[in-house]
Amino acid sequence: MSDTASTAPTSENTASPSPAARASVSEIFSAFLMIGATSFGGGAVAYLRSTLVAKKRWLDDKTFLEMYSISQSLPGLNTTNMAILAGDRLCGWFGAVAAVLGVVLPGALLMTLAAVAYGMHGERPMVTSALHGVAAGATGLILATFVQLARKSLNGWVDVLFIAAAVILVNRLHVSVLYALIGLAVIGTIIYRPGSRAAQSEAA
Amino acid sequence: MNQIPSLIAVFAYLSLLTVGGGMAAYPEMETLTVNVHHWLTPDQLVHFYSLGQMAPGPNMNMVAAIGEKVAGPLGALAVLLAFYAPTGVLALYIGRIWTRLANWPWRTSIQNGMSPAALGLMLAGAITFGKSSLNFTKPTGQMIEFNLIEAIVAAAILGLVLRTKLNPALLILGCGVVGVFAHL
Repeated sequence: MSDTASTAPTSENTASPSPAARASVSEIFSAFLMIGATSFGGGAVAYLRSTLVAKKRWLDDKTFLEMYSISQSLPGLNTTNMAILAGDRLCGWFGAVAAVLGVVLPGALLMTLAAVAYGMHGERPMVTSALHGVAAGATGLILATFVQLARKSLNGWVDVLFIAAAVILVNRLHVSVLYALIGLAVIGTIIYRPGSRAAQSEAA
Repeated sequence: MNQIPSLIAVFAYLSLLTVGGGMAAYPEMETLTVNVHHWLTPDQLVHFYSLGQMAPGPNMNMVAAIGEKVAGPLGALAVLLAFYAPTGVLALYIGRIWTRLANWPWRTSIQNGMSPAALGLMLAGAITFGKSSLNFTKPTGQMIEFNLIEAIVAAAILGLVLRTKLNPALLILGCGVVGVFAHL
């Protein structure tokens, strides 16, 4: 997986900044707060890229993609992992904290308020109807995100087998996600071990 | 009974499963919050997750809603810290090491191996989510097995997101309007 953002702007400026770009904690916080408050509809990668690479020139495109691929193989959400890696590069530990706080705060506050409103009005028939519609839509969106990612990162029948295995383990056999994850990741790493045929076809 | 310690334990654990996105952790989240701790019904979990798709920032901010429902604002804060802090520290330190290992051949192997695993777990999460979002119990207690209109709405959004550039958050908001008029 190299990029989840189907809407990622591709035509923006890719001029490289100095490799050691630095920023202050408050600059980092406000930039990420803006991303956290405006990145509606998922695909925060596109927002991250347009701010960090194009607007602020804190990272070049190569570094951005590099960080993004690291974010995806670590536990944690891609957006918050990206915030941490970028914040750390720009201003160390404090930068990482500022970035993750900024990107999480607006949505977290909104969701807390949503839960309060839900507690007060969630049982009304009209609200229930609206929520069922929203949930049906969310199901479609999640499947669409899966299709977009699969199109970008599927690499032959081995990967298809992995997906089938994950679904059977979790949905049919009700194996804990933790064990399924560890098992599949270990087998996946062995299949793609250095010098293996799978690794060569991926690189090709 | 004070639920905050259990909230912290559950969401710190769930955060470790969010490889490649929050959806991977969904089946486990349903098991723990609905079946084990009875903090909410399957419907409520689906509702919170769906609302999370409309909020800005990471959609997994919906965990704050669970914390708020179970233990008020302090619960929301505890859940957020539990969900973001452990993986955050991990990302910071592993990220620093990982960057230095740029030429280590196994690094690519791990990334390539994780990618289909994460994709598979995401689909598994989507299936769990779809099962509870398209089957539900009406307030009258009548169990609706499968709602055709909802399935059509889901399929329509799948097509629209893949084929158009419309913002998914707005599309989902539109589904809420459809829900009201179709009395879903």
